[in-house]
Amino acid sequence: MSAIEKLPLEDIPDNGLLRFLTCGSVDDGKSTLIGRLLFDSKTILADTLHAIQRTSEKRGLEGVDLSLLTDGLQAEREQGITIDVAYRYFTTGTRKYIIADAPGHEQYTRNMVTAASTADLAIILIDARKGVLAQTRRHSYLAHLLAIPQIVVAVNKMDLVDYSPEVFARIKADYLAFAGKLGIDDVRFVPMSALLGDMIVERGERLPWHDGPTLFEILETTPAIHSAHAEKFRFPVQYVCRPQDSSNPALHDYRGFMGRVESGELAIGDAVTVLPSGLETRVRDIQMLGESLPHAVAEQSVAILLDDEIDVSRGDMIVKTGELPRVSKQIDAMLCWLAEAPLDPRRKYLIRHTTRDSKAMLAGIAFRVDVNSMQHQPADRLAMNDIARVSFKLAQPIFADPYAESRGTGAFIVIDESSNNTVGAGMLL
Amino acid sequence: MSTAALSSVTLSHLDWLESEAIHIMREVAGQCSNPVLLFSGGKDSICMLRIAEKAFRPGRFPFPLMHIDTGHNYREVTDFRDRRAAELGERLIVRSLEDSMARGTVVLKSADEPRNKHQSVTLLEAIEEFAFDACIGGARRDEEKARAKERIFSFRDEFGQWDPKNQRPELWDLYNARSFKGENIRVFPISNWTEIDVWQYIEREQLALPSIYFAHRRPIVRRSGGLLPVTGVTPARAGDTVENLMVRFRTVGDITCTAPVESDADSVAAIIAETAITTITERGATRLDDQTSEASMEQRKKEGYF
Repeated sequence: MSAIEKLPLEDIPDNGLLRFLTCGSVDDGKSTLIGRLLFDSKTILADTLHAIQRTSEKRGLEGVDLSLLTDGLQAEREQGITIDVAYRYFTTGTRKYIIADAPGHEQYTRNMVTAASTADLAIILIDARKGVLAQTRRHSYLAHLLAIPQIVVAVNKMDLVDYSPEVFARIKADYLAFAGKLGIDDVRFVPMSALLGDMIVERGERLPWHDGPTLFEILETTPAIHSAHAEKFRFPVQYVCRPQDSSNPALHDYRGFMGRVESGELAIGDAVTVLPSGLETRVRDIQMLGESLPHAVAEQSVAILLDDEIDVSRGDMIVKTGELPRVSKQIDAMLCWLAEAPLDPRRKYLIRHTTRDSKAMLAGIAFRVDVNSMQHQPADRLAMNDIARVSFKLAQPIFADPYAESRGTGAFIVIDESSNNTVGAGMLL
Repeated sequence: MSTAALSSVTLSHLDWLESEAIHIMREVAGQCSNPVLLFSGGKDSICMLRIAEKAFRPGRFPFPLMHIDTGHNYREVTDFRDRRAAELGERLIVRSLEDSMARGTVVLKSADEPRNKHQSVTLLEAIEEFAFDACIGGARRDEEKARAKERIFSFRDEFGQWDPKNQRPELWDLYNARSFKGENIRVFPISNWTEIDVWQYIEREQLALPSIYFAHRRPIVRRSGGLLPVTGVTPARAGDTVENLMVRFRTVGDITCTAPVESDADSVAAIIAETAITTITERGATRLDDQTSEASMEQRKKEGYF
């Protein structure tokens, strides 16, 4: 299973890249789990290992504390807790992984939302001794809210409950009972010991009654995010390339609309509509570095050339004719407030959606969600880490899809123009 | 209504990383009024130039290139830097640490002191001189612990300082590059790349590199576990044993604190094979200045280091 040594360039399939999130608190052994994944996939190199060995000895620990591998900044080392999202990397030769490591404490809902926003899969850690807790429900709710397509429940510390199949079965039943109510229907469960390495990369010998895949096998076989379901083509224009001043006269009329495909596919000759103008034309060419590509797929950065001379600029969107998004100046969304200064209903904010900005005013707060009980509560303002259903009025229309259908065109951020800070994260309903 | 197409193509990991980096560079071009791309002639910034070509050709880059020259760079690297900028037909700005020393804004404790940490001063002076609102750099999160939490768009205040507790949340691919006059955004398009990704990309794109990345013979002194090249600024001391070793550099920077590794790898493919089985991290092997304290990078970043 060891990874990085078998990294020849040919012969091995490239299954792309998977981004996943680990949710849990320090006590659940989250850092140990990540350390274990890095360690067992042979990603940890000798000098890093020596550094954490020294630190482990200084702290009087027996053996090497793998959790130290993910322990980044001075401030958190002093406090002994993780205070921000950290990103880690490992590869198996067939797939590259990006781990978003988010802290589990209640006050850091915003960090988990941040980490979840780019994740294709969430690992939710449960301490086998404690079972399903309020934080388990919170993590699951947030993973579902952020529309992470795959959820894996890791029942950790099985070594401390004598690897009991009954404990595992009870936790699984408890979890499924509340997950069903949230609308989470596709969950996988793995009993494990991150400390001893059971069922993570290696199966180990202590869980013979579990015949499901190891955590690693799940990661390796999870389908990439854009391959599973039908998607509409969405292309927010980032930048317009007009090299008129070039010495090459062939480029005098060149106009390339540059951006990244947020979802769907496009081929040369496809009929497209440009928003907000609504003008229709066809795709003359799809290019990268001046070379023609037959088609463009989700997450690919390209330049699109159109048949007709249409005025297109940053903030516009190219879609396939007949697959139009909603064009709206009034939006309903779930909003997570990220800033220390509360949401002020009297103020104007800036909303950034794809490559488009618009001034926005809060039109109302329908309710706030208690992330532990999932209860809806009335609210007239929002503080940091609050999650609420809100509506905004916009000065400019946005071209939007429901977040649950398309993260790229369903997500927005809220910016406070007085500080330029990013203060809110929204998911369109 | 037409039926939506079923996406069946998954990007390879290198295609995905490249596409993300192109997207980030185009966001800088779309959001910032006066950005600059930092280009040292090192392997990471060579990848950045390739990404910039893919992001903006057939147009010109919407930013100049800039190098902060410590005066302690290998000739092979600065020659490569100048040649590459000329080939691309893009403007290269070079600002020199020695000019800051002449102005008195950089004061060295001793003449042979490593100059890496003083680069921040010259960089901040250049940012002010040109009123750059964004600097695009080739730093990666896997390089060092303190970088693991770095944003892709990283905010620096008027003093160029990075405050780990006061960074903007960064969600989805919605980047916030807004800044007030005097403030600055550092942008790291290859944040999510690892050293092996960089080498695989260089191989795939057939990118040219300065010769010192490949195995060559060089006079070396072994000192405190590392290999120290014997050069004009790092002469052998009395009692040193100078050996003529086959070495290559994994990073190129200030001569006084960039050490090579022993290697016979004379091609990118050979370097990838070696990198894949190496047991020492890039900085651990070759950056003599990072090991002083586990937290030293965090300290320098707070002071405005890139």
